[in-house]
Amino acid sequence: MTQISRDDVQHLAQLSSLQLTDDEVSALQIDLENIVGYIQQLDELDTTGVEPTYQVTDLQNVWREDVVDNYGIDKAALLALAPATEAEQIKVPKVL
Amino acid sequence: MSKISDFIGVSARKNVEEAIAKAHAHESFHALLSLTETRALERADAVDRGEITGSLAGVPFIAKDNFLTLGGTTTAASKILENFEAPLQATAIEKLEAEGAICIGKANLDAFAHGGSTENSAFGPTKNAVDQERVAGGSSGGSAVVVALGIVPFALGTDTGGSIRQPASFNGVVGMKPTYGTVSRYGVVAMASSTDTIGVLASNTDDAALVMGVMSGKDTKDMTTLPDFFTPTILEGKKKIGLIKEAMTDDVDPEVRRVTNEYIEKLRSAGHEVEEVSLSLLKYALAIYYIVVPAEISSNLGRYDGIRYGRRADASRLSELYGSSRDEGFMTENKRRIMIGSYVLSSGFFDAYYLQAQKVRTLLINEFNELFQSFDVLVAPVAPTPAFKLGENTNDPIKMYLADVMTVPASLAGLPAISVPAGKNEQGLPIGVQLIGKRRDDALLLALAKTIEENA
Repeated sequence: MTQISRDDVQHLAQLSSLQLTDDEVSALQIDLENIVGYIQQLDELDTTGVEPTYQVTDLQNVWREDVVDNYGIDKAALLALAPATEAEQIKVPKVL
Repeated sequence: MSKISDFIGVSARKNVEEAIAKAHAHESFHALLSLTETRALERADAVDRGEITGSLAGVPFIAKDNFLTLGGTTTAASKILENFEAPLQATAIEKLEAEGAICIGKANLDAFAHGGSTENSAFGPTKNAVDQERVAGGSSGGSAVVVALGIVPFALGTDTGGSIRQPASFNGVVGMKPTYGTVSRYGVVAMASSTDTIGVLASNTDDAALVMGVMSGKDTKDMTTLPDFFTPTILEGKKKIGLIKEAMTDDVDPEVRRVTNEYIEKLRSAGHEVEEVSLSLLKYALAIYYIVVPAEISSNLGRYDGIRYGRRADASRLSELYGSSRDEGFMTENKRRIMIGSYVLSSGFFDAYYLQAQKVRTLLINEFNELFQSFDVLVAPVAPTPAFKLGENTNDPIKMYLADVMTVPASLAGLPAISVPAGKNEQGLPIGVQLIGKRRDDALLLALAKTIEENA
């Protein structure tokens, strides 16, 4: 069975943009190990030569005209949703 | 429970006022997160003045709170969207409104539809309509309970791996998960894009068919939608039906098996041929699901970063802002699924997990296709048990996931499936039976279920 270390959990949290508390790391370490142990049962199956399924629509190449459609929503309505704005831009804290 | 026809041709204002009064009278079930009373009454008055007409004019309904609607908040039962007011409406809502239906409020769910009990809601669990000590099922738990309590004749849900069917079974209502691509998902909070579907919960199959007919059809805002094919139908001739034997093993609650067998006897009495069939990959479906779906979740939930909308944590640096906003905004189950998704998509693990799962998914679809060469419809229980107790499975994610074992196969294959009330256990808890059809056989499933509904 795959072992998941605290470092693995921290690494996954970083990949997922999540800041976890120590308690969350401990709980997720156990949960992830159990879930990964469960999903590993797919190893039992031979899938040599089998194509993967990525979508189930039967549709191919759904085209549309290359014209702008704002779906009836204006810029002001969308900017109004942002927690902080300035001069019609979304404001964020220091990047570095 | 109520029927759509009871609400047609009478005062829309009275319909809405009575539905809202019933919602207040049943607050202890915590099935609703918000009511949109002002907008609903305005629309009702417009219906009464004859300004809004249509096949659902004046009929009140409730949408799961992951459908974007005007006139209130859309929270997805999460802290990160707690105060989010959508600037647009989901296509499904727009289509229902175009026929005169009136959305009166938003139903509780597991946050971001991650769960099978509605216990993962950031605002507290919904109680089962029959027994308040038990779960509503999920993730569309609130939608099932408002229909079961007769607050509205129908409610909208989403079903990614069983989220309409399982709560329908737990509360004794009809739940329809259509063929993948039947209803536009524009304006609905995305979970796992390759299996997300929109459907309906109602008290009977005719009402479910009516609502599906209104909602379905191609939408240029959702490129995965199929050209409209859904037309309510009546059953013609006798059908060949396969009972999935792997769904009737000793692991399944004996009362669930008894009710399923009784339903099969009714199908036989109606002249249909029922035979036991094997879906040998059923036992692997849940493992496929818990690779593919978290992978898609980890991608789809990347957008909740506290920048453009939703709750933003206090932080002096951008990287800290992302982490804190997401940590405060998501529930434990959301984090669990995002982390599993990140794990199975990580370099070095991708082939072993994600690619292998998508290949086994092909094998599962092939097995369904073979069965559908000889059978018109497949039948199985909806869930291995009736509604379980609140808190019973919350500390064991795998046990919670196992509640989805019979509903995920149809989701992975994009097939239509419905849950219909079939009986009760000794304690009076509802038990549903699941009918699974070929792609685009949605209306046939409802028509078949209707013949048994009438015999009941």
